[in-house]
Amino acid sequence: MEMTMLCYLLPSLFMFCCGVYGFITRKNMIAILISLELMLNAVDINFVVFNRYLFPGNMEGMFFTLFAIAIAAAETALAIAIIINIFRVASDIDVREINKMKF
Amino acid sequence: MFDNILIYFVVIPVIMLAGVALCQNIKQIRAVAVVGSIALTALSVYLLADYLALRAAGDTAPMLYQGSWSWFTPLNINLAVGVDGISIAMLLLSSIILLTGSFASWTIQQPKEFFLWLILLSTGVFGFFISIDLFTMFMFYEVALIPMYLLIGVWGSGNKNYSAMKLTLMLMGGSAFLMLGLIGIYYHSAPEGQPLTWNLLEISANNAISHGWQLFLFPMTFVGFGVLGAMFPFHTWSPDGHASAPTAVSMLHAGVLMKLGGYGCFRVAIYLMPQAANELAWIFLVLTGISVVYGAFSACVQTDLKYINAYSSVSHCGLVLFAILMLNTTAMTGAIMQMLSHGLMTALFFALIGMIYGRTHTRDIRLMGGLMRIMPYLAVCYVIAGMASLGLPGLSGFVAEMTIFVGSFQHADMFHRVFTIIACCSIVITAVYILRVVGKLLFGPVQDKHHLELTDATWWERLSTATLIVCVAAIGCFPNFFASLIKFTFSPEIFTVLGMN
Amino acid sequence: MEATLPILILSIPLFMFLFLGLLGKYMAHKWAGILGTLGMGVTMILAYTVAFTYFFSGNPEFINGAGERLQSIVFNVDWLQFTDTLVIRLGFLLDPIAAMMLVVITTISFMVHLYSNGYMRDHHGVWETGFQRFYAFLSLFSFSMLGLVVATNIFQMYIFWELVGASSYLLIGFYYTKPSAVSASKKAFIVTRFADLGFLIGILILSYYTGTFNFTELTSVPVEGIADVYQVSAGTAEAVKSVFANSAAPMFMGASVMTWALVLIFMGGMGKSAMMPLHIWLPDAMEGPTPVSALIHAATMVVAGVYLVARLFPLYLMETAALDIIVVVGAFTALYAAMVACAQVDIKRVLAFSTISQIAFMMVSLGVARPEFHHGIGYMASMFHLFTHAMFKALLFLCAGAIIHAIGSNDYTEMHGLRKYMPVTHIAFLIGCLAIAGIIPFAGFFSKDEILTACFGHSMVWYIWMSLVAGLTAFYMFRLYYLIFWWKEHKVHEGHHAPHDQAWTMTLPLIILSVVSCVAGFVPFGNLVTWNGHPMFDHAGFLTNLEHLDWSVACISLAVAVIAILIATKMYMKENPLPDKMEQALPNLWKWCHHRFYWDELYMFITHRIIFGLICKPIAWFDRHIIDGTMDGLAFVTNKLSWSIRGLQSGNVQTYVWIYLIGVLLLGSITVLCLI
Repeated sequence: MEMTMLCYLLPSLFMFCCGVYGFITRKNMIAILISLELMLNAVDINFVVFNRYLFPGNMEGMFFTLFAIAIAAAETALAIAIIINIFRVASDIDVREINKMKF
Repeated sequence: MFDNILIYFVVIPVIMLAGVALCQNIKQIRAVAVVGSIALTALSVYLLADYLALRAAGDTAPMLYQGSWSWFTPLNINLAVGVDGISIAMLLLSSIILLTGSFASWTIQQPKEFFLWLILLSTGVFGFFISIDLFTMFMFYEVALIPMYLLIGVWGSGNKNYSAMKLTLMLMGGSAFLMLGLIGIYYHSAPEGQPLTWNLLEISANNAISHGWQLFLFPMTFVGFGVLGAMFPFHTWSPDGHASAPTAVSMLHAGVLMKLGGYGCFRVAIYLMPQAANELAWIFLVLTGISVVYGAFSACVQTDLKYINAYSSVSHCGLVLFAILMLNTTAMTGAIMQMLSHGLMTALFFALIGMIYGRTHTRDIRLMGGLMRIMPYLAVCYVIAGMASLGLPGLSGFVAEMTIFVGSFQHADMFHRVFTIIACCSIVITAVYILRVVGKLLFGPVQDKHHLELTDATWWERLSTATLIVCVAAIGCFPNFFASLIKFTFSPEIFTVLGMN
Repeated sequence: MEATLPILILSIPLFMFLFLGLLGKYMAHKWAGILGTLGMGVTMILAYTVAFTYFFSGNPEFINGAGERLQSIVFNVDWLQFTDTLVIRLGFLLDPIAAMMLVVITTISFMVHLYSNGYMRDHHGVWETGFQRFYAFLSLFSFSMLGLVVATNIFQMYIFWELVGASSYLLIGFYYTKPSAVSASKKAFIVTRFADLGFLIGILILSYYTGTFNFTELTSVPVEGIADVYQVSAGTAEAVKSVFANSAAPMFMGASVMTWALVLIFMGGMGKSAMMPLHIWLPDAMEGPTPVSALIHAATMVVAGVYLVARLFPLYLMETAALDIIVVVGAFTALYAAMVACAQVDIKRVLAFSTISQIAFMMVSLGVARPEFHHGIGYMASMFHLFTHAMFKALLFLCAGAIIHAIGSNDYTEMHGLRKYMPVTHIAFLIGCLAIAGIIPFAGFFSKDEILTACFGHSMVWYIWMSLVAGLTAFYMFRLYYLIFWWKEHKVHEGHHAPHDQAWTMTLPLIILSVVSCVAGFVPFGNLVTWNGHPMFDHAGFLTNLEHLDWSVACISLAVAVIAILIATKMYMKENPLPDKMEQALPNLWKWCHHRFYWDELYMFITHRIIFGLICKPIAWFDRHIIDGTMDGLAFVTNKLSWSIRGLQSGNVQTYVWIYLIGVLLLGSITVLCLI
């Protein structure tokens, strides 16, 4: 069986939908963050796949993915830091409860 | 750029700002404020003398000391300056009131911040009066308005948050109309194919605003400035704003800022769009005519000194706009003289009210009485201010009002006549509310025994009020000097457009 | 004429005002008084010099070959230019009435300055607080009044008109801790201000149609039938003909605008001269110190209205409708004031109503003056009466002041029988009463007789009317005289000094004014002051006035006065029940007179109920609630709107994502649908 683009794109779509579902439904900030990472990684897969199949001569998709992974790592670190700090202040990381700065 | 004398009207306040920012204690701040405002006064006096000399030497340009420096080329925005007799009169007024206002805030709390904002406000005022570029003018206008919010909100008294918000929002609402009008003027400032301009003189020379657009832009600009000139029915910020503002801010606001409105109405709305002015004047004449009488009647039943004065300002500033709309030289001269006169005497009023309030801690006339015996100096000043306000000859109010009435009466038609006579009625109503206050506040028996221990004016208060009284008397005794300074700056062209003289 | 003297006449009082006003409080009371009096004395001498030069020097500036007195402008400075032709100038105009007024004002003012030195301190010699201020205000008043009478144009007159109003305000309210004085001063100012509104509008109309403020041009307007009589105009006639050509009488509400203008200007005069219905301030103005009443509210300021009409008399002649109004107003005021004066208790109020009545005489006299009848004798009579009245009324007021100072009350019930205690005041007061009653040979006889002659020449109705009022005058003055000096023995209260004549500073003016009141009638006014400058008599001389009397009129008026005095003697000389009986016989009339026909109550009602209650308060309410409410309402709506939609901005990212997803799906499906 030849590996077509679809074989990659379908799992990535599944991953993305999982991410969206998790992002909307989870109340725990860490879980939301994980869902976010899922969506990000799904997109990364897409980049790589499109690059490999549609523009085999170029490397932009690959590089972009590498950048995205690096930035995602940094962003995750930042987000975790914020979450930890929120936990310190509020003893909770439920997004419904963290509304002190609303309005 | 720095060889133009006018630019120093902005430079000096900016230096003052820096100076105040560096000050360590209240004494230094007072020194900076007083020295700076004396410098400004001296500069405007020098400018006046130099201007008269140039005019005497036969310089007939509409504006002297012109200069223009580009600061945003894509939209042709320049820092363009130039003055004529009217602007000089206004500059003189502003610097005197800034000077006396500094004395009046001698013992203010948090002086550093207060003076920073106050001087920023005056920067805007001075910048406004020297600008002839519409955009720059508008910018300075906004610079003058915004500090008012903080000055009232932080240093005010009574319901200050409400008042500050109301004042700022209403004036900003006016600015919105104004901005619309100014942009409209800009896009019709030149005939097809020629570069657009913000410069007042060029726009006026181009005379390219079509009749239809004038009919739209004139009300926009007139109402925009009219809000600041306390035009009925957009005057309600005035009583609350003045009542809550600290002394010096009331002085500057009623004395100078409200003049921005009248000046703008004349300089922008009527000067640039004379045809529309001629056609639509009647609408605004009705409104301002109402203002004059209405403000006076409202003042009759107020019990708060500042409210009385604020309504009196509505009446007097209504007269300014009323006279401007009469569109003839005499009445317009009267309007500018009324601006000067009202600026000085209302500043005097607010200064005195501030001083009385600082002692008695009330502004309710029902709770005070017999102050003449307790603080004779302040009381005598108050009587003089009142007399100026009700138009006693020899003080400034009389000459301004009479010039307006005589000028307005030169229109032969019934409509103008009737409104002139209605406006004349204000001299009686003014007498009623002034004498009512004077009688209740200064004369009669002492109402509150605690007041007997109060002291009379301090030296800085005396200096502040005496300066203003001298100015009021100077205009009242030698009106022809000021009248001719103003009169010869009305270019005959705008009256030929109107088909009248 | 050199401008030096006129400038000094105006500037000395002004300087005294500034000097005493600014530095007075650092001065001893005594010196302030002496300085003020000296300043006024010098002014008086200068004014006499100027008036004498004007009348008797024979200078061609002042009198032409035909013996007609001319208007002469000594100096005239531009003060404020309105348009090319309308310019306010400050200047000095000399003509017969101005010269006469200079004499009247400075004389009375000097007497009052002198008198106040004694009046303004109590029996122990302690000065009134604000003594220096008092002198400063007196000087201010003298300055303004002098400026008013020498005005060269109507706007200068208006300027000084306002200034006299203000100085009157300050002087009425001199005892500013007394609420009644404060409200009286307020009332005086506002009522006259209201009248001045009419004056101002009149000036505006007049100046618009004639194109000038200047009296010389205005009053020399040549109109048919008058031009030849009014010969002062000869010089400027040509210039003015063109000015007046454009007043081809537009009409307004059935009368020509010029009539309106003149009636409105007269309204200003009604205010200052306390004509009905604007008279209500004058009786209250008696709250001021008595010397002030003598100077301002009897002799000088209150006749400014008469002076104004006299000044514009040639214009009034052109619009006789305005003159008729003046006659009616004057006649009713004269009768009203005389009736009220019969029922007052406060001696100063009696004098105040008497002043109103006498000024009304002058007004009527101006109103009935026509050049056809005896060369406009009414005009001359009016000015003559102004002159004599100033003297004897000032005398009466100063006497009243002396009595009040001695007794400490204004009420005649506290007086009675003072003739033995204050002989000098008694004689002086009697002379004043005889003068005002019109008994030969006192001053009032001549001037009142001329007025009645003028009325007689105009219409029988007004003649009889005014003669009756003259009789009433004699009656109420002698009522007052008897009640103060006779009636019954004076009761000296325990522990009080017996009343006595006052210090020489107060007595001397009384003596001087008494003498003047005796002889002023012999001044040959007909040769000095006539409406067109043309002398009425063909020769001058001390007894001219007697020779030219219309004896039929004079005898009747004398008889009326004597009868009135006899009635007063019968009723009031000795304590008797007659006055009470009369009161009971005419209860309503007496009550109405006593309450001044309820004018004050009517005004109270109008000002408080109608103007304050129905105009000011509703307007203030409207402003606070409707206008301001609209503005607040706008803010309120904006605020509510933003509160109601702010829930959308929940800050919950998950909600946002839901909405986003739904949006994407919607848009996507629309796109797909469109593509299909």
